[in-house]
Amino acid sequence: MSISHTLLGLLEAGPRHGYDLKRAFDERFGHDRPLHYGQVYSTMSRLLKNGLVEVDGIEAGDGPERKRYAITDAGITDVGNWLGTPEKPEPYLQSTLYTKVVLALLTGRDAAELLDTQRAEHLRMMRELTRRKTGGDLADQLICDHALFHLEADLRWLELAAARLDKLAREVGA
Amino acid sequence: MTSSTTGGAGALLTATALRKTYGSTSALDGAHFSINPGEIVAVMGPSGSGKSTLLHCLAGIVTPDEGTVHYRGHELSAMSDAERSALRRGDFGFVFQFGQLVPELTCVENVALPLRLTGVDRRSAEAKAVEWMERLEVDTVRHKRPGQVSGGQGQRVAIARALVASPRVLFADEPTGALDSLNGERVMELLTEAARETRAAVVLVTHESRVAAYSDREVVVRDGKARDLAGMAGAA
Amino acid sequence: MIKVWIRDLLMGVRFAVTGGRPGWTRTLLTGTGVGLGVAVLLLAASVPSAIHAGDVRDAARQYQYTEDARPTDTSVVVGHVFTEYRGKVVGGMLLQPDGDPEKTVTPPGINRVPGKGEIYVSPKLKRMLDGGDGELLAERFGNAKVIGTIGPDGLSGPADVRFYLGTDTLTAEEDGTRTELFGFATADNDPLPPSLLVLVIVMVVVLLLPIAVFIATAVRFGSEGRDRRLAALRLVGADSAMTHRMAAGEAVTGATFGLLFGGLFFTAGRLLVERFEVFGYSVYSADVVPTGWLAALILLLVPASAVMVTLLAMRKVAISPLGVAREGTDRGRRLWWRLVVLIVGAVSLGFFGPSMRGGDQVNEWGIAGGVLLTLVGVTLLLPWAVERVVGRMRGGPLSWQLATRRLQLNSGLAARAVSGVTVAVAGAVALQMLYSSVELRDRQETGQDPSRATMAASHYDIDAPEALDWIERIREVKGVTEANGFLVADLVNERTKPDDDGWRHAHRVKIADCDTLRLLVRTDGCRDGDVFFVPDPEEEEGPSPVRPGDRFDLRADQNAEAKQPTPLWWTVPKDMRAASAIANPMGELSRGLYVTPGAIDVKEIRHTWLEAMLTTDPANRDTVEHVRNLAPVTDRGFQTYELSMTTNSDEFNGIRNALMIGAVVILLLIGASMIVSTIEQLRERKRQLSVLVAFGTKRSTLGMSVLWQTAIPVVLGLVIATGGGIGLGVLLLRMVDESATDWLAFVPLVGAGLLMIALVTLASLPSLWRMMRPDGLRTE
Repeated sequence: MSISHTLLGLLEAGPRHGYDLKRAFDERFGHDRPLHYGQVYSTMSRLLKNGLVEVDGIEAGDGPERKRYAITDAGITDVGNWLGTPEKPEPYLQSTLYTKVVLALLTGRDAAELLDTQRAEHLRMMRELTRRKTGGDLADQLICDHALFHLEADLRWLELAAARLDKLAREVGA
Repeated sequence: MTSSTTGGAGALLTATALRKTYGSTSALDGAHFSINPGEIVAVMGPSGSGKSTLLHCLAGIVTPDEGTVHYRGHELSAMSDAERSALRRGDFGFVFQFGQLVPELTCVENVALPLRLTGVDRRSAEAKAVEWMERLEVDTVRHKRPGQVSGGQGQRVAIARALVASPRVLFADEPTGALDSLNGERVMELLTEAARETRAAVVLVTHESRVAAYSDREVVVRDGKARDLAGMAGAA
Repeated sequence: MIKVWIRDLLMGVRFAVTGGRPGWTRTLLTGTGVGLGVAVLLLAASVPSAIHAGDVRDAARQYQYTEDARPTDTSVVVGHVFTEYRGKVVGGMLLQPDGDPEKTVTPPGINRVPGKGEIYVSPKLKRMLDGGDGELLAERFGNAKVIGTIGPDGLSGPADVRFYLGTDTLTAEEDGTRTELFGFATADNDPLPPSLLVLVIVMVVVLLLPIAVFIATAVRFGSEGRDRRLAALRLVGADSAMTHRMAAGEAVTGATFGLLFGGLFFTAGRLLVERFEVFGYSVYSADVVPTGWLAALILLLVPASAVMVTLLAMRKVAISPLGVAREGTDRGRRLWWRLVVLIVGAVSLGFFGPSMRGGDQVNEWGIAGGVLLTLVGVTLLLPWAVERVVGRMRGGPLSWQLATRRLQLNSGLAARAVSGVTVAVAGAVALQMLYSSVELRDRQETGQDPSRATMAASHYDIDAPEALDWIERIREVKGVTEANGFLVADLVNERTKPDDDGWRHAHRVKIADCDTLRLLVRTDGCRDGDVFFVPDPEEEEGPSPVRPGDRFDLRADQNAEAKQPTPLWWTVPKDMRAASAIANPMGELSRGLYVTPGAIDVKEIRHTWLEAMLTTDPANRDTVEHVRNLAPVTDRGFQTYELSMTTNSDEFNGIRNALMIGAVVILLLIGASMIVSTIEQLRERKRQLSVLVAFGTKRSTLGMSVLWQTAIPVVLGLVIATGGGIGLGVLLLRMVDESATDWLAFVPLVGAGLLMIALVTLASLPSLWRMMRPDGLRTE
């Protein structure tokens, strides 16, 4: 999961302080592993350096935590590219996909499109595996089947998510 | 949502803006579809999304309320019921999820049925049927009745029946729906293998991705609309 | 224990009435089917009482005769008269009160004696008089004024044609009878002759057996659905005995509904009964009351047999928690016990029937049992034959293959449906053969020859000039093309001695001119003045042969003890010749003396009567009626009758029609049940039908397969029924000592059967088309 893309995506909804950003991330995606504040700070400075965010304003008082960040146009494009690119089908993908769906919803992008794209990618992989399986020996078949079952589980999840997009959109308040 | 394969000049079967309602429920709401000769297209989607209705419209079993279906340049809805029946006899083959074999007829008679419908005499129809049953590895049950064979065997008999008349399009509606995964896989392997050998296009309605993985291309039906997923994949 | 039983039975009852729409449909279908059968049974059970009621009323209108009755204030002189009008016998009574018409006794149905020129008529006769050519008939009553209709208590039935005509010309001494009382206790009817009795027994068995078969079929309507439901109950823990009891409960419910419906149908049917007339018999609705013990029997037997049939049917079905399995198809049906039933039936027919000649004693129960067993045996052959024949069928067109394969899978179902057809047709064929032979025999016995004369008329007590006048009047009637008359007199030979009772046997002398004589006797030539004699070879007690020179007294009274007038002798001429006998157009063989008018002085004969033979224009059917109108009904000396080889043909046509209607009604009932089961079967096949349609199967192919599916068992049933029916017919004919004449009796019935196939197929097609819609493919 790309934390920088996620934080960038969260910023797309509006400028925030670094502390707010951490809280928003923890609330939505950090269920069992809250983000270190330092991680937010270092990510932000890297993004700042790459020109994907800018400092919107600094509130009175000292310390870097007082900076308010906003996303730049380059940043928006970067988020869009990230969301539009299907993930390479691999196990335990759901947290990344979930993050992407939520961010798409939050940023007003087409989440269904995102899911379909991912689905097509999964199916492309499955087709490949199926082809390899039909031509291969038993060992190949077993290995392919293992992968296929995992991909199938992901695909089921994708379908389920697609069916529940409206509900999810309401819940994340987008 | 058009892509290079949709509605192309080489398309065998094309559907445009299909609309169909049953009573107050809308089954299809502006669905597009297209398939090329020899292509295997999976039609996926949740239950009640209109997959089967799309298949029925494409096969000329059901006439859509709106929209057109073209098969090799002929518009299906402009044909008479008898012409459509003749088309289904000659050019189309069908496999359904269950309950499709005539229970009174033996398996070989079931397989021979499409040939007999087109007027082939019994002897040669059944000889051809046996060939296809051998191909689908069910020639051992040829003299049994459908009630006496296993689900996987019955489904293979059904596929043999669907392919025996060398159709240009094979319509398969959840062909593995009633089978366990191992049987389902084998049935799909045999089906696709046979379809590719005979250059038959396959419209494969399924809700299982592992079955859809046997296809060349996937179309998702959602809320009565069909989305072609071709061209989306592989962009990574 | 009892409690558990009742609980299970009630559960079955509940399924029958609360099983949702399919449950109700099934119960209603069974109820309707059984109801139709029950209605017919109740009607049959009412026949004895209906006939009895008619007999009672008929007896109530007979007058009581007392010798030397004196005229009183209430006495009446009566005379029976009758005439015929367009093939119907119109019977009635002349009434002439002795005293005050208001006080005079009357027969039942009228409240006063009609005066001269007044008439009471039955409603049916009134309709005839009011109808199109009513004047033709009214003329015969002297255009008497209709003063009212006879009430139902004076009529045997609504179609009774009867009248009471007032008169003042009767005398108690000569042509009337004086009475003061109407009404007789009913006498026992004459027993029917054996051949008719056999006929009636066979008819009852033949008509009721298919009804029984039909009821048995109706009880099983929709039993597949019930079996599935019972299987579901076994899954939740019901044991086999419980399911049987529940099925019994359901069957009883269906049968009870059937009894209820049957009662309703019967009540509705008996209202219609007054419209029908069989053999001139008709009954009032009120007379149609089922005989008590028969009704009780129906009430008990129908539910009992419903349970029996259900339990028997379930014997072959294993209802397990996982579903229903039918057995019996692999085992193959056995022939031997079916043949045993048939043979026992046939043998008992030979054994219980009246011995070949003589012996009027008939064992009704034996014959009924024999007919029953034979018919049942014939019907039992059907499932075996269907299985055998269908099992061998291979190939053929696709529709044929679909049909035969379906029949192979469940031949019992088809055979059961058709067994009713087999019983009905076999029975009707046998009956038809029996009728035709009996009919033919009766026709032969009339011996009349309508080719020489179509009608005979006679006028009693008429002298020679009057007779000539009558002949002339008959000739003048429109439509009479030829009329020949001769006078008849009974003359006593001088040599004839009185017998022990003081009675002198007379010679019947016929006086006819040469033209007429040719119709009566074969001579070697005839000239006026000739006399011929035809000896009667069979006569033993009668008068001795006439010899030339014998003298006959033209005035003598045959009663030797009566006061004799002065004799006037007529001598048989010397040149009397012998002539040989022929049958005259009336079918009588010539006997006795035939005298031409030149040889005798007819005016001097004390008592003569006229016999006339006429030929009428067949195109003018009413000629007969015009001839009859020459004299009013009160002129009882004048009588006419139509000559025909087939005097009974109307009645027999009536029986034949009744038989045909009965058979057709049964075929319709069975056809209805076949439609129900065909549609039920189609509904079960909905999905396969849709798949076949998807494959592009033509409607005609599926339609044809439905046709074959009906036609194969029905045709087999008809073949067996024809064979069995002819066999039974031959057996029955042997029993009544007749030979078969109507070998083609089966043709109309087989035709009706084929028509039924077409009807069942046609009626099933709409639902076939409906089932062929693609919604059968939808699984979601």
